[in-house]
Amino acid sequence: MSTQTQYKDLEPDETYAFKPEDLEEGEMILNMGPQHPSTHGVLRIELKTDGEVVNDARPHIGYLHRNFEKHAENIDYQGVIPFTDRMDYVGSMANSLSYAVAVEKLMGIELNERVECIRVIVSELQRIASHLLAIGTYGLDIGAFTPFLHSFVEREKILDLFEWLCGARLLYNYNWVGGVSHDLPEGWTGRAKVFLDQFSPVIEELDELLSHNKIFTARTATVGIIPPELAVGYALTGPNLRGSGIKWDIRKEDPYCGYEKYDFDVPVGQGRYGPIGSCWDRYYVRVDEMRQSVRILRQALDQLPAEGDVHESVPKRVKPKPGEAYGRTEAPRGELGFYVISDGSLIPMRVKGRSPCFVAMSIFHEIAKGEMLADMIAIIGSLDIVLGEIDR
Amino acid sequence: MSLDAAAVQAKIEAKFPGKIPSAELEVVDPFLFVEVDAIVDVCTYLRDDPELAFDMLHCHSAVDYLPPKNPEEARLEVVLHLTSLKHRHWIVIKVKLPRANATMPTLENVWPTANWHEREAFDLFGIQFEGHSDFRHLLLPDDWPGFPLLKDWVWPEEWHGIAVKPTAKMAERAQQGEQIGIGPFD
Repeated sequence: MSTQTQYKDLEPDETYAFKPEDLEEGEMILNMGPQHPSTHGVLRIELKTDGEVVNDARPHIGYLHRNFEKHAENIDYQGVIPFTDRMDYVGSMANSLSYAVAVEKLMGIELNERVECIRVIVSELQRIASHLLAIGTYGLDIGAFTPFLHSFVEREKILDLFEWLCGARLLYNYNWVGGVSHDLPEGWTGRAKVFLDQFSPVIEELDELLSHNKIFTARTATVGIIPPELAVGYALTGPNLRGSGIKWDIRKEDPYCGYEKYDFDVPVGQGRYGPIGSCWDRYYVRVDEMRQSVRILRQALDQLPAEGDVHESVPKRVKPKPGEAYGRTEAPRGELGFYVISDGSLIPMRVKGRSPCFVAMSIFHEIAKGEMLADMIAIIGSLDIVLGEIDR
Repeated sequence: MSLDAAAVQAKIEAKFPGKIPSAELEVVDPFLFVEVDAIVDVCTYLRDDPELAFDMLHCHSAVDYLPPKNPEEARLEVVLHLTSLKHRHWIVIKVKLPRANATMPTLENVWPTANWHEREAFDLFGIQFEGHSDFRHLLLPDDWPGFPLLKDWVWPEEWHGIAVKPTAKMAERAQQGEQIGIGPFD
């Protein structure tokens, strides 16, 4: 028996959310994906279209589902960290940081200032790298090729710094429960400062190249509007929420790793070229956030305490008392939280990953209604989703 | 003005007497249990009351408790992490459900974000949400056997001819020194 025939046994109304008999005259069902260059992974979107206008949309996810939560129930606490790295594979530092924060909260571990400062440095560098990828590929989706090349050159420099720090370029296993895996190598902070000095002008260059380009603003500033109430109802976080004009940042609201010591602003969408909450606003919040990240990095590199063992608080055996904790951090894509429950053994009883991209994707059908087919690409790109994190 | 968990509990108790069977306030993240028959009303109140104003359901998880030593404590729980952007406070609400035929009303009409989270909880735990507008599988294939995050879920041997677990044949080959992984090739 071939697998092909078995797949055909599926109920058709399970595979398709829209049924042919419910279509109005002139409507058709169109599948976008799972293999589509603008979906940044494997995402299938079922569209109900009338000519070029999209009347309704249903995303189908799960193509990358690995169920890391089940894996986590079968390995020890430190062993979960490489799995969290593989959720959002372009922002790994932020994922493992969030998990480490959750377990440390559960166990009541205090960190020394050097570890906290190093964590701030790596997570802000990761934020810049992730936003560079988001901005570069967003331009690419809309049809601007050049900014993509510029942003990837800069991202590469950050990955080089990470490689020097821990040996890996994408999946780091760097933030451990109670510390970090490696101390900063000699000369690393100097190189990081050199990077910041040459990177600051590049933000302005990217800004001139893409942000205020007439074609780009025309494609993005009037589509994909998310009103603030809808954004809160759907629990959007990160740049997607702030693009709708709501000032909400976990680094300010629920500080972790000593973020309260740094001076930075929280950029929000201004509605400069159209209504507030448009694709352009979400895009531009990311550009502004890179500027703020540079500010935080300069302070952190200057304040970095010279003394402090990065393994000082790493427990020999991670064995929390029975209990539960929800730890959250501001990852590049929004609030990334881990809900960890311990039953007192060496293996977590339950680890739930709260993924910002999953939540951002669930609003898609609301904002896709009434837009043109070509705008779907602009909307997906502006939400900055990573399918590895949506599907987990 | 932000409220702590005890104040939130007192407010719910005053409005819905007897609907909080127990609460845990002396832990890292304080939580309140709410009766399943009152959950929609309590959640609507939590969202709409101006002093509470929990406008964001930022995490929705299901948990399976199946302690091997005391089986009478076996249950499913749905855990809601709520945040108020206005007052900058947060609370954890839990709902206890029986492990067999777990059903609870949908919260989609209170916080629209619950839509996908409830589909995920159905996919992985088999919890039914009554009144859900678009109840389909989300993460798993439509014909996946069972609900994988239940503690007593049994691994299928294979799915559509794909080996899900390492088979005896693979173990033999591995014993002979061959480098193999787990995947659709055995």
